[in-house]
Amino acid sequence: MILFDSVTKLYPNQARPALEDASLEIEKGEFVFLVGPSGSGKSTFLRLVLREERPTSGNVWVLGKDLMRLSNWKIPALRREIGTVFQDFRLLPNKTVFENVAFALEVIGKPKSHIRKVVPEVLEVVGLDGKEDRRPDELSGGEQQRVAIARAFVNRPKLLIADEPTGNLDPGTSVGIMKLLDRINRLGTTVVMSTHDAQIVDQMRRRVIELEHGHVVRDQSRGVYGYAR
Amino acid sequence: MRAQFVVSEVGNGLKRNLTMTLAVIITVAVSLTLFGVSLLVRSQVDTMKDFWYDKVEVSIFLCAKGSDTPSCVGGEVTRAQRDQIRADLESLRPLVSEIYYESRTEAFARFQEQFANSPIVDSVSENALPESFRVKLSEPTQYDVVASAFAGRPGIEQVNDQRQVLDKFFRLLGGLQAVALIIAIVMLVVTVLLIVNTMRVAAFSRRRETGIMRLVGASNLYIQLPFLLEAAVSAGIGALLAVGGLVLAKSIVIDQVLAPSFQFTAFVGWDAVFAIAPLLLIVGIGLSGIAAFFTLRKYLRV
Repeated sequence: MILFDSVTKLYPNQARPALEDASLEIEKGEFVFLVGPSGSGKSTFLRLVLREERPTSGNVWVLGKDLMRLSNWKIPALRREIGTVFQDFRLLPNKTVFENVAFALEVIGKPKSHIRKVVPEVLEVVGLDGKEDRRPDELSGGEQQRVAIARAFVNRPKLLIADEPTGNLDPGTSVGIMKLLDRINRLGTTVVMSTHDAQIVDQMRRRVIELEHGHVVRDQSRGVYGYAR
Repeated sequence: MRAQFVVSEVGNGLKRNLTMTLAVIITVAVSLTLFGVSLLVRSQVDTMKDFWYDKVEVSIFLCAKGSDTPSCVGGEVTRAQRDQIRADLESLRPLVSEIYYESRTEAFARFQEQFANSPIVDSVSENALPESFRVKLSEPTQYDVVASAFAGRPGIEQVNDQRQVLDKFFRLLGGLQAVALIIAIVMLVVTVLLIVNTMRVAAFSRRRETGIMRLVGASNLYIQLPFLLEAAVSAGIGALLAVGGLVLAKSIVIDQVLAPSFQFTAFVGWDAVFAIAPLLLIVGIGLSGIAAFFTLRKYLRV
C-alpha cells in the first residue's frame, strides 16, 4: 500500500532534512498511527504520500505506483484513490453539508445521478443523515470533521490520510471521530493518521510509527503513544 | 467534464471579482480599439497610395520664352530638342507607361478651367505657360531614373514629381500610425499585466476551493478551465467593444465627417474593418489566454 525506501526529504534553504533515510512499509488494510513531536517529519511523510512533494532521494511507492516516476498529469488519478482529512476540516463555508461532499465528486466529473445516490449514503455512514442542508458554521467541530471524512470517503478510497483529525476537538468528540475512522478501516480502507493525542493511541492499540528529527525511531504493532507511559 | 459546473464557476468568478472584471474589459477595449485604429490608419494610407499613385505623374516642363533657368539659356525649346526628349522618353519604356504632350494652348485651356473663378485668369497670357510632357510611370518609386535622365538638359526647365509632395503627407500619416501602434502595444502589455494580476487575485480568493479540488484529484484542466474561461470571457467582451468602437469610427468619423469634407481622396472601405475585427478578437482572447495560462501554471500547480 505504502512503501518508503530510504527516503530523504530536504526542503530548500533548510540545513536539516525533514525526513532522513526513512524506510517503512504499510500493508493493505492496516490502521497506522504516526506519532512524534512537531517538526519530526509527520507532515512531510503525509505530503510525500500525496505526492505534494517529491523526495530528495530514495523511493516512494503508493498504491503500487512509483511516485518518483509518476508524471504530473497522473497525480490527480492517484489522489482520487486517497482520501484526506485535516485538523482544520477545510470545508467550504458557503456550501451546505451535501454540497461540500458533492463538490468532491463534481470536480472529478461524476454525473449528477451518481452524486444524488452516493452522497446520502456516505452521510449516513458518518452519522450526519438529516443534516444535509446545514452549513459548516451551523455544525459543531465534531460534525464538521464528519463532513470532511464523508468527503474523503465518498469515493471509497483505498487509502485514507488523516493529519491530526482530532487536533481541534475535545476528548469526547474525538472518541466519536476515532470510532468512525475505525469503522472506515473495517470497511477495507487503509488508514494512516498522524496525531499528538496519547489517549487515543493508547486506547486503540494499533500499529504506531514514531518519528523524531526525521528518523523512524519506533515501529510497533499494537503500540502505545510513548514509553514514558 | 460537466459543462454546467464549469459555466456556473465562471459566472460566479466574474461576479465575485466584478471590479477587476470591469477593469480588464475596459483596458482590453481601449487598447484593442487603439490597435484597431492604427491598423485602420495603415490601410487608409495604403488605400490613398493606391488612389493617388495611379494619378500622379512626372511633369517635364520645357523652356519657354524668357525662362531664366541655366538650362534655358538657349531660349525657347527647339523642335529638335522636343523630338529628342520624346524619343528618349519612349526609350525608357516600360518604366514610362504613358507619355502625353501638353502644348501651350492646352496648358492655357487647363489653367483657365482650373482657375475659372479667379481674377488671376485675366492676368496670365498663353505665352507665360510652358509646354510640357506629362509622364506616367509604371513604378512610381523609380522617379529618380527619369529625373536624372532629364533634369538640367538643354530645353528642359524643370522636372517635377507630384509623388514627392504626396509622400510627405503619407509620411505624416505613417508617423501617426506608428505612434498609435506604439501606444496600442504599450496598452496591450498593460492589459496582459492587469489580466495576470486579476488571475492572481482570483486564484487567491478561491484557494480553498482549488486546494480541495487538488486534494480530491480534480484534473488540472478542471481546476484551471474556469479561470481561463473567465479571462477569455472578459477579454472577449472587451474585444467586442473594441470592434464596436472601430465600426463607430468607420461609420461616423470616416463616412460622415471625413468623407464628405475630403472628396478628392478615397477612404478605407468596410472590407478593411471586417478584416481587422477578427484580428482584434483573436489578439484579445489570445493575449488573455496566454496571460492566464502562465499565471495559473505558477499559482495553481498540482
